[in-house]
This record gives sequence, structure tokens and C-alpha cells, in this order.
Amino acid sequence: MARVLFFGRLSDAAGTEELLIPLPAHAGHLSDLKLLLVRLHPELGVALEDPTIRVAINQKLAPVISDPEIFDRDEIAFMPPMSGG
Amino acid sequence: MIRIQVEPFDESEAFTLRRGRADVGGLVSFTGYVRDFTQSADVTSLELQHYPGFTETEISKIVEKARGRFEILDCLVIHRYGRMLPGDPIVLVSVIAVHRDAAFEAARLIMDYLKTDAPFWKKEIGASGERWIEPRADDHAARAEWAEQEKTKP
Repeated sequence: MARVLFFGRLSDAAGTEELLIPLPAHAGHLSDLKLLLVRLHPELGVALEDPTIRVAINQKLAPVISDPEIFDRDEIAFMPPMSGG
Repeated sequence: MIRIQVEPFDESEAFTLRRGRADVGGLVSFTGYVRDFTQSADVTSLELQHYPGFTETEISKIVEKARGRFEILDCLVIHRYGRMLPGDPIVLVSVIAVHRDAAFEAARLIMDYLKTDAPFWKKEIGASGERWIEPRADDHAARAEWAEQEKTKP
């Protein structure tokens, strides 16, 4: 099961802060996951297409324009712009 | 040292960095506080969400960036998460160095990067509900300034 996390306002669009999603045994890409999520929550689909959303895979930030490989054991976090301090 | 915690902290912790050291020329300390919510009358508290593990790692990278650019002896960052009220301290950055320039600059860099690159998300909570806050344009400008400087360094 892939652990998908939604931070900030994305958790409103997803209706949850965390989803466990079974992914196929072979490697997929982030775009596959996004398609799956859109089917679950159309509102989330629009939110995830926002170019300011960052993605971390297993707590490592993915480059801004990228479609990284993901596996069933991964933790994938969708993050809106951060504000610390 | 970096501490991410839900508990309030005592600002005097900033000065623990100097303990037992005679090589310190200067110490610079910054504390960020929760301001009055003047924008929305009914807001009563602020809630900071973080990403356990990831938040610590990303803040470490910010501190390493400061260490790489400025000659500092040591650094302490304390950042709270969870629910906070106006007037509560949110973040503490303390830096010790032999020379004052490095201490001031490093503290400044760390704060500017914490504002835009530290994995926290803020939510205002009040009688009429909850609202996520987006980062300020000014904060992005400050951080962009550091990135620009990095590009033009020899």
C-alpha cells in the first residue's frame, strides 16, 4: 500500500490527511497516482494540478517539473507552499 | 541543533549556545511571535501543521546552507507546531560566531529560508471556522534574494 499524505489546504480537497492506496506491483509514475486520485476526488484533481504544489517521495522532495517513479511501498506527500517561522 | 516541538520554549534558551565557550565574539538571536489577527476579527488561534521527519530534514538543510555561507560556531533553531495564541513565540533562531557579521547574516538567512522552505502549514482558527494561510509575497522576495546572491558568487 502506498501512503499518500495531504498537507495544508490539500487535506480539505482530499477530505482526509492520509490515504492508503494499493498500487500495481510494477513501478508506476506520479501521474498514474494523480489520475487515480482524481477519480476518487474530482476536487483534488484540480487542486493537485496547481503548479505551486510540491511532492515528496519517501520524504525527499521531487524536482518541480517531474513525474517520478513510485512504488507500492512508498510514502507520497502532496504539499502546498510552505510557511514556517 | 534543531528542535521541532509542540511545547512553548523559553527565549533565554538562545543563550545556552554560548555556555562554556570563550571563543564567541558575538551572539545573534531572533524570536518570531504570533501576531494579533488584525485581518480577521474572529480569529482566536493559529495552528501549525508539520511533516514529522521531513520538517527536521529540511530545516537541517537550511542550517547547513547558512553554515556553508558564513563562518559560524554554532546555531540553535527551535520551531513550534500545534496550536498557538497571539503573543506566543513560534520560532527561535540563535547563532554564535567569532565575528558579528557572520552571526547577523546567518540568522537572517535562516529566518528568510524558514519562512518559505520550512515544511509548516498555517491555519487560522476562529468562531466562523478555519482558514489555511498562504505565504506572503515579501517572504518569497527575501528568500529569492539569497538565491540570487548564491548565483553571482565567484
